[in-house]
Amino acid sequence: MNARILGLAAFAACLAVPAIAAVALSDAAGSYTISPSGSSIRFTIGKAGGGGFDGAFGRFKGTIRIDNGDVGRSKVDLTIYPESVGTGQGRIDAFLRSDAVFDAANNPEIQFRSTSVTRTGDATALVTGRLTARGKTFPEKFTAELGGLKGGTIRFHVTGKVLRSRYGMDVGTPLYSNIVDFDMTLMGKRG
Amino acid sequence: MQSLTNTSARYGWAMIILHWLIGIVFIGQFALGFVMVRTTSQRASFELIQLHKSFGFLLLGLIILRIAWRLRNAAPALPASVGTLERRTAPLAHFALYVFQIALPLSGWALVSVSTLEIPTMPFDLFVMPNLPLAESDAAESFWSAAHWYLAYAGIALVALHIAAALRHHFLLRDSVLTRMITPSSGRE
Repeated sequence: MNARILGLAAFAACLAVPAIAAVALSDAAGSYTISPSGSSIRFTIGKAGGGGFDGAFGRFKGTIRIDNGDVGRSKVDLTIYPESVGTGQGRIDAFLRSDAVFDAANNPEIQFRSTSVTRTGDATALVTGRLTARGKTFPEKFTAELGGLKGGTIRFHVTGKVLRSRYGMDVGTPLYSNIVDFDMTLMGKRG
Repeated sequence: MQSLTNTSARYGWAMIILHWLIGIVFIGQFALGFVMVRTTSQRASFELIQLHKSFGFLLLGLIILRIAWRLRNAAPALPASVGTLERRTAPLAHFALYVFQIALPLSGWALVSVSTLEIPTMPFDLFVMPNLPLAESDAAESFWSAAHWYLAYAGIALVALHIAAALRHHFLLRDSVLTRMITPSSGRE
């Protein structure tokens, strides 16, 4: 009797998983404004000899649009204000804002505009787009994973690697890796 | 290869080459240090500081080699014309020069080791130089920064005195003190 119930429950669970994902997608369709309060944009740069160098951007804005019929037509726009960079070390922050790295005074915005979104799993997608920083634009790829959808709030975990040298920010290589590892939590509010 | 080592009257090539190489790097390091902290471009300043660290480790390597060589090869005797006062003070000045050559790179190494910026060190981008086992803090960084600064100015003042003494020997006293540090053949056996 117990074994039968368990068996039924397991069967139901197998059916339910794809069903939930499918429902989530149609439910998720719509436009979202990225909310800075529930979001974070963190990055890590590896250091020679081990360890890494962590930082985060405090100010950014953006929108996420999830197409109802075709995920591929979904869109992500993100603007980061490099002036808001923070590493916990004031002297490093000043260095990053200066013309050595972001040149935030002359280039106040870093922009990402998606060009395509490809679904890679039930809750994952590959987002390709054009990243512009310090006047230079290159295609970049990010992996987005749907973290949750509750009410009018959607959450994505976004990761990706960017080569900083292409954007005129190669200072400090090879002491500091050319690869910037991004780890973002983007929380969008419908509307 | 006989002229590689010192004799009682002349310097050998090994000491001559190390002397001038270290002299050039030492003075160059002072100039580089002076410029790097005054450069307004943060990028240029960062890169100059890394270059200064690279040459600092080169200097440390050269001076270890020089001291090892010097311990096995006594310096030649001063010419007979050199007076008693200078005969007594010159070795002290030369000993002090060695102290500065060791203390400057070591204090710089201590400075990068305790710095809260935690910038790695890769001499000439060749390999990662580990930090000295010293605790990192803002206070320690200020201390070693000041120590390195005072040592640099005191060291360069002593180098200036050393150069002035060499020029005095060459142009006023007209002895072989300077020329024997240029070529072994000018030292009289």
